[in-house]
Amino acid sequence: MLEKKEATMNKLLKIFLIAGGFFFLFSCENSSSQQEITSVTEASELVKIQTEVKMIPIKGGKYQPFYGEDSTLVEVNNFLLDERQVTNNEFLEFVKKNPQWKRSNVKAIFADETYLQDWQDDETLPKNANPDAPVTYVSWFAAKAYAKSAGKRLPTLDEWEFVAMADEELANARDKVSYSENIINLYHVKFREKNPVKQSAPNYWGVYNMFDLVWEWTDDFNSIMSTSDSRNGKVDDKGLFCAASATSVTDVLNYAAFMRYAFRSSLKANYTVANLGFRCAKDINQ
Amino acid sequence: MKQLIILLFFSVLLFSCQDKPAPEEEISADSIFLLDSKWQNEEGKELQLRDLKGKNLVVVLIFTSCQTACPMLVADMQNIYAKIDKKKLKETSLVMVTIDPENDTPEVLKEYAKARNIYGEPWIYLRSDKESTRELANVLAVKYKKISPVVFSHSNIITVFNKNGEMVSQAEGTVNASGIAETVNKL
Repeated sequence: MLEKKEATMNKLLKIFLIAGGFFFLFSCENSSSQQEITSVTEASELVKIQTEVKMIPIKGGKYQPFYGEDSTLVEVNNFLLDERQVTNNEFLEFVKKNPQWKRSNVKAIFADETYLQDWQDDETLPKNANPDAPVTYVSWFAAKAYAKSAGKRLPTLDEWEFVAMADEELANARDKVSYSENIINLYHVKFREKNPVKQSAPNYWGVYNMFDLVWEWTDDFNSIMSTSDSRNGKVDDKGLFCAASATSVTDVLNYAAFMRYAFRSSLKANYTVANLGFRCAKDINQ
Repeated sequence: MKQLIILLFFSVLLFSCQDKPAPEEEISADSIFLLDSKWQNEEGKELQLRDLKGKNLVVVLIFTSCQTACPMLVADMQNIYAKIDKKKLKETSLVMVTIDPENDTPEVLKEYAKARNIYGEPWIYLRSDKESTRELANVLAVKYKKISPVVFSHSNIITVFNKNGEMVSQAEGTVNASGIAETVNKL
């Protein structure tokens, strides 16, 4: 009787152990599949996306940056620029193909906690959002990844500013009083970032929405600073003012450009902002 | 006896389970080891930032032809070096990253290091392409701009990372070497 009991106990124990073994096996599999996901994310390999956006050829040239060394002309090479910003819908397609850029997967070092914050979930645009409005709440890293997956890159600050000199008629309209006034007036319009792209008139090049919807990331936004090595460090606001007064009179009046530069200099690469989006660029001989 | 063997078998399973995921888990969401950029050290050896894992890092961005702030930054790094406990020094790398990859080749970096007697462990010099350099600068919130072929303007920031690549502290401008060394000593 006692032996029998012991035998059943043994059987039970075995079943228990085997079941336990299976559990371990399963938990093993789980963790290894999770591991795969992490390593894919780490490698940040991007799945290619197709974009429909038209790219506009920009004929480069020398230009006087709003802020830089006194009267130093900067050479901008010929390049291609998206005619408009990347839209909500396009970014949604991008995160569907590149899940490491979904809101719940993104790493803090690449995007802060407000990344895509108005989206309803990982794959649903904000309520009432126009799918053709520019995507916002995206970090520099996210913008860069998008551009890369589209076979493009972000425009440099000089490229962006070069195109931004144009109004509807001239490639360089900075001397016109109306140029700066028009931009400043746009800044008064509330919630303009919610509007769809390409509803306003294109500029001289045929590029849309340089000013009227959102501010845009540039590849080297972190290059704005005082022009001397300053031991006091920081983004030297004083330097920004000094240099502005050292450039031409037109530029001092170009309050809009000053705002753009000040805004860019306040950014960090993982910041995401309600009215900051991006568009892509490309070298012309590719 | 049988039970013992089964038990043994499962405990082996258990351990093999625990072993695997461990190294992956250590890279946290805000670690610089998530960056995929490829770098060269002063010996010309290819590496990624995650290869620096396991040591505390004191990181500064410089360029070797710099006549103004960089010599002071390098002096700051030497002061920090001198103030880190000997024992801690073995767990620490002092990393100089060039923002001028065109001119600062591994050879130039090595020469620079040797000339100033800041060569060999725990010093590491890193060089990458322009894109990866700007990415790292962005992670460190360092601003820089090429002013001319030989002059860069840049902010002066020394950053401390722990062994997992998580930013622990940043000092900007005229740094307090003792403070930074103190931070490292406590890691």
